[in-house]
Amino acid sequence: MPHKTFLAFILPSLIVMLLFVALPIASVVYQSLFIEHEQIMTEVENCGPFGCTVERRVDSQAMEALRSEQPAGRFNGLGTYFNSGHLAFERIGQIWDRTETWGDFIDQVMNLPFYKALIFTLAYTFIVTPCVIVLGFFIALGVNAIPGLIKGPVIFFSLLPMIVTPLIGSLVLYWMIDSRGIIGSALQVIFNDPTLSLKASPTLTWVTLFVYGIWHSAPFAFVVFYAGLQGVPRDTMESAMVDGASRWERVRFVTIPYLLPLATFIALMQLMDNFRVFEPIVGFSAEANATSLSYLIYSDLRGSDSPLFASAAATSVLTTIGVIILLMPVLIRTWRDFNRKA
Amino acid sequence: MARSANAKPLPLLALSVGFIVIWLIAAAFPFIWTTWGSFKVEPDFFSRSDWTNAITGTQTIRQTGAPFTGAGYEGAWIQQEFWKSVINTAIVTLSVVVISLTLGTLGGYALARSGYRYTFWILIAALIFRAMPHVTLVSGYLLPFFELGIWGYLPTTIIVLVAINQPFTLWMLHSFFLSIPKDLDESAMVDGCTRFQAFRLAVIPVMWPGVVTTGLFSFLLAYNDFTVTSMLLTQENQTMVPKISSFLGSTQAEGKVMYAVAAVVSAIAPLFVLVLFFQRQIVSGLTAGAVKG
Repeated sequence: MPHKTFLAFILPSLIVMLLFVALPIASVVYQSLFIEHEQIMTEVENCGPFGCTVERRVDSQAMEALRSEQPAGRFNGLGTYFNSGHLAFERIGQIWDRTETWGDFIDQVMNLPFYKALIFTLAYTFIVTPCVIVLGFFIALGVNAIPGLIKGPVIFFSLLPMIVTPLIGSLVLYWMIDSRGIIGSALQVIFNDPTLSLKASPTLTWVTLFVYGIWHSAPFAFVVFYAGLQGVPRDTMESAMVDGASRWERVRFVTIPYLLPLATFIALMQLMDNFRVFEPIVGFSAEANATSLSYLIYSDLRGSDSPLFASAAATSVLTTIGVIILLMPVLIRTWRDFNRKA
Repeated sequence: MARSANAKPLPLLALSVGFIVIWLIAAAFPFIWTTWGSFKVEPDFFSRSDWTNAITGTQTIRQTGAPFTGAGYEGAWIQQEFWKSVINTAIVTLSVVVISLTLGTLGGYALARSGYRYTFWILIAALIFRAMPHVTLVSGYLLPFFELGIWGYLPTTIIVLVAINQPFTLWMLHSFFLSIPKDLDESAMVDGCTRFQAFRLAVIPVMWPGVVTTGLFSFLLAYNDFTVTSMLLTQENQTMVPKISSFLGSTQAEGKVMYAVAAVVSAIAPLFVLVLFFQRQIVSGLTAGAVKG
């Protein structure tokens, strides 16, 4: 296809992506280098019956003018990246000097907002992803074994947790694990502890979020594996049977190697999706015990009276770097594949 | 023949059936339970005394005289004006699906038919864009949109959702067009069509299965989005999902949590219907990327 025709076909799509995906990334980098304006103060003299007092006030008019002149704020360089809300190298240095053991050190670093979010995000990504793959694989094996007539309905119900809006799905579970809801009260009976609440302790909140994540994504892995199972070569399976492989050995040495490329695909999609975990934290109201990088950005933009653009932008840039590191192996592999083909 | 050789020993069969039953309960029960509970009053659905109240509806009978009540739905749809959000959602999702499919088919077709190196770079860029957390993009939009005065309107949100959706649409349709034989449009061009005529006359008639599948996922993205819609829309332009999240803040305190429950069930219902009719397409769409890439 000549360059000109190609361009004519792809231009609308390319423009939209450049304007609303590439440009915002540039805008985030730019915004992260600036910081909110300092308050401009004026002195106002208040004279009352008991004499005059001089009061310092924010000059809102001057602030307004300054804001419209420089909407991004004043230049701050990389300052926002290193402040205590983000990388906080200075604070980490202090904690390093102050603490004796590794445990203490990690505990205190965990209290810094950025690291708290980063550790939860990484934990969520790297715990949920493998669990999803394993659970999805076993569901696929199970569904493959049941009679054809009920497969349709089984697949239908299996898809629901994935299709339903993440925020809504997490709300549905949140209401059920409420101490007055059905799962919450069931757990209280099982553990014989009337004060048990999944929302109270950080560990239980983390576990709840992980379970939600697995529940939400397992159908995806299931569907992909199930489609893969339909294509497992019959000849190999039968020759394995002739060779006397047991049922488990057939799964282990025929099915799993055949499905391995699919597992890589699921892992890639899941890493991307789990790294941006956000909605469940809102749905489960878990922000006190668990925050993710996405949630940090959201709360910077929504939390206070005026949005903290600089802080949100700095976290966004750090998150983007995280995404690129996460994708690096895939990018390198795709590059090699492409060169081999070319 | 194969069947008898594959026949499972009884314990293994019982184990796998048992496992599937447990999974089905885990997958479906929360939705069934919440749908059932949305027709009860709060002291039943969130029962302090006895969880069986939610099934028998003891408090619901005491308060309203019948075992089921539509009070939650009435409160949400009429009092809290949930119907407005439903209309907004319909506008947003429909526009997003139509626009992103139009752009995506053109772009995906070009990517599938051009053999030059830059197609690879466009696809890789799309993959990175696909991985970007949406909230990082939103933090890039917010200030420029405030400055330009286009924050808060539905068209802004629609075009943003189209853009976020575009990488996925391009990948999907690119791999779909690769599966349509090149000869089809090339023979049309030999017969004297221009590239665009060949696309219109030879490719469009056979592309609908791929477009429908991709369209389903565009629909789901727009329908399920919370990040973009909650940050870029004003209160009165809100779509369903941010509206539900705003219920939580304002109504939970007033003991009107049943409004949120009813709204949640209302938002799930269309998805339920969607899966019912398009199960096959959803399954094939999920696997398309895996099988080809």
